[in-house]
Amino acid sequence: MVALTLMQKLEILADAAKYDASCASSGTAKRNSLGGKGIGSTEGMGICHAYAPDGRCISLLKVLLTNHCVFDCHYCINRKSSNVRRARFTPQEVADLTLAFYRRNYIEGLFLSSGIAKNSDHTMEQLVETARILREEHDFRGYIHLKTIPDADPALVHQAGLYADRVSINVELPTESGLTRLAPDKDARRIEGAMGGMKQAIAQARDETRRFRSAPRFAPAGQSTQMIVGADAASDAEIVGRASRLYDRFRLRRVYYSAFSPIPDASAVLPLKRPPLMREHRLYQSDWLIRFYGFAPEEVAQAAGTDGMLPLDIDPKLAWALKFREHFPVDVNRSSREMLLRVPGLGVRAVDSVVASRRHRRLRLDDVARLTGSIARVRPFIVAADWRPTLLTDRADLRALLAPRSEQLELFAA
Amino acid sequence: MTALEALRPDGQVVVEMAEPDDFEAWRERARALVQGGVPPERVSWIEAGASGSLFAAAGGLSVPDVRAPWVRASRRFVELAESAILHSDPHRFALLYRLLWRLQDTPRLLDDPADRDVRRIGELVRSVRRDMHKMRAFVRFRAAVEPDGCERFVAWFEPEHHILRANAGFFVRRFAGMRWSILTPRGSLHWDGDVLAEGPPAQRADAPGGDPAEELWRRYYASIFNPARLKVGAMLKEMPRKYWKNMPETALIPGLVAGAQARESAMVEAGAIEFGERPTSLKGIDEAIHACRRCPIGLLDNRAVMGEGPRKAALMIVGEQPGDQEDVAGRPFVGPAGRVLDAHLEKAGIARDRAYLTNAVKHFKFVPRGKRRLHQSPTAKEIDVCRWWLESERAIVRPKLLLALGASAARGLLGKTVSIARVRGRPLALDDGSELWVTVHPSYLLRLRDEAKGEQERMFQADLRAVARRLAELGSG
Repeated sequence: MVALTLMQKLEILADAAKYDASCASSGTAKRNSLGGKGIGSTEGMGICHAYAPDGRCISLLKVLLTNHCVFDCHYCINRKSSNVRRARFTPQEVADLTLAFYRRNYIEGLFLSSGIAKNSDHTMEQLVETARILREEHDFRGYIHLKTIPDADPALVHQAGLYADRVSINVELPTESGLTRLAPDKDARRIEGAMGGMKQAIAQARDETRRFRSAPRFAPAGQSTQMIVGADAASDAEIVGRASRLYDRFRLRRVYYSAFSPIPDASAVLPLKRPPLMREHRLYQSDWLIRFYGFAPEEVAQAAGTDGMLPLDIDPKLAWALKFREHFPVDVNRSSREMLLRVPGLGVRAVDSVVASRRHRRLRLDDVARLTGSIARVRPFIVAADWRPTLLTDRADLRALLAPRSEQLELFAA
Repeated sequence: MTALEALRPDGQVVVEMAEPDDFEAWRERARALVQGGVPPERVSWIEAGASGSLFAAAGGLSVPDVRAPWVRASRRFVELAESAILHSDPHRFALLYRLLWRLQDTPRLLDDPADRDVRRIGELVRSVRRDMHKMRAFVRFRAAVEPDGCERFVAWFEPEHHILRANAGFFVRRFAGMRWSILTPRGSLHWDGDVLAEGPPAQRADAPGGDPAEELWRRYYASIFNPARLKVGAMLKEMPRKYWKNMPETALIPGLVAGAQARESAMVEAGAIEFGERPTSLKGIDEAIHACRRCPIGLLDNRAVMGEGPRKAALMIVGEQPGDQEDVAGRPFVGPAGRVLDAHLEKAGIARDRAYLTNAVKHFKFVPRGKRRLHQSPTAKEIDVCRWWLESERAIVRPKLLLALGASAARGLLGKTVSIARVRGRPLALDDGSELWVTVHPSYLLRLRDEAKGEQERMFQADLRAVARRLAELGSG
């Protein structure tokens, strides 16, 4: 076989990594390169250095070390039985690429994952070696996210946590039966075991840093995971429930959802119709409701239909409000912050503004309009000094009034 | 003197700011004006270089009273003002002064987001922070070689507001270990590893015209993009066109968007499935098909049904797929259709136990309906995927004659869909020299009634007899 150029390898191994949803580089410890030998800083908020035409942020150099894989997971483009082009980077090549891109301000750092070449330990060693070159040889202080291999030697996984800002282990599918069917080489218990181990190591390191300033940092940006949506039969309610249990059990920073995209080879085994991207979006919205709006996972499930699926035409918060109209209208001048957060169309920032403003004046509809994006959406659910939606809240066609009208336009779309 | 002040004959105080982003100078003047009791409507703030020779008519300065009252400004106001003053809006100084003036009587003014001025300063601050953030994101350095042989990384950037100086710290902290310069139309910054120096406004031509790493970066940008999920609006919202001209990757965007549909289809088309080595024995095939999950049928609650018959049979009879009873028994043609076939074979004088019987698709495809499992026809794609196994069986058994029962079986052998009415009753040559005869599937006969049934049964029997005759001719009857 003709040796691939660096350019060709980058093309193959970036292409292979694009199904990973995460590109976040936020939430790690603050660092900078002053007084060091190299470059790199992290200042809390990650930066998106570019956006691809798929609307996704490009913050990190996101590549696989290799897309050779001994596993045969049906949803994965890199499965053993797939006939994609294969390539392999050396750890040195990835480190050099990372630095070249970082110096030109293209990226915040590196997100390195890999297919399982040879065996889990070998692969994990190579991932760790890449991070070591960056951190120790180049004193690189930018962001590093390493995907860890659940079966690898725990000592190697621990080493990864010492170099990386974030580590992640994918649960892959929302249900265990889905995992058994579509990822026969993976084992749900081993994945959760690895996540549990990681949670303990992170907690322990955090405890040590509190007591000893010199204690080594361990994955200061925590751990995350990813689920593929639409490859098995799990409903939205099940997915949200699973995600919420994962947050609780493993102190995850994020659960990422990846709508199954038609990828070569996998199309024959997986549902031939790909799930609408809107479903992924609705799942992220419910994730937000649970993390920032005080919704319980069961309440999100209540917003879903009898089949456990969230409506695609309206967001889950509006769906919940339409189902539980007895909680509305909410008085913007009196109600608690918790209740205001339930009003469709009022975000966290708008609610905080409402709470701050009402100390100074009795809020009128105009005042609320200034604090929110669309008063028309909010109006049916609130009471203000000069506003009471007597009939609106109980109208049977409220959903139709509030749902976006894109569906009708579809008829005329080319 | 960083701010000039003058009093016009009409009583209006005019303040000229020497630097557009100098918060300290503004604070000094504003404090004096509040102490002097000059209300906002009597103050005009102008930027250096702005039009109008207002100072021509200037009178004396208003010197604040020595016993002037203390000027109040919350820490929060100072923070907001420090950002807002970087905005390019010429009215920003007046807005800040108006807020400062009002804060003297209403100390908690800033807590009221519904106030017009409070909202406006919020807008300015957000716009400035966004511009600073976008500068951190979209500055693109290009490598240049210095006289001493070291690399310097130089960027050309066009900020919307006066943020260059305020943003310097970020770049120093991030790129401490490298030499860099940021050139803008409003001024420039230069870092040599120890000291930050400011320079005069620059032009695009002062920065390098390219960098070899940009080709790698462009390749990365094009590869990481998933054409199956085009969302151009989301991209434009975060990366507006005004920034594009200084970013090497954005030239690719129109092409990527236009080619997305084609690339997605190509991704799906490219999905040829790999089977690896062909098994060399029927037993090998039997084992392999049980593990086959190359099409969705393999994922249902069923088991693979292997063909059966003599390893060197002269006749191979191919059906569509196992049915409910075949799936339970693990043998082909043991259900109702199998019994119809058996009866007709006997009548035509073909011994079932001397033929090799198998199916185009090895697993039972069904939908559950209560306790029953309803037969579903396999798709063309599923038949084509499973063809690998049928070919493997043919390669081992090497029959001289093949009989396809139904359109699915014919597709499994021919690789294309044919009309049974058009091809039945005559042999078709297959690539390996064997002969293919095509007829209907016996389950079809089960669905018919009355006259049509009798007619079709006669035609089916005729097809089988033709095959029996041909077998005899080939000396393998």
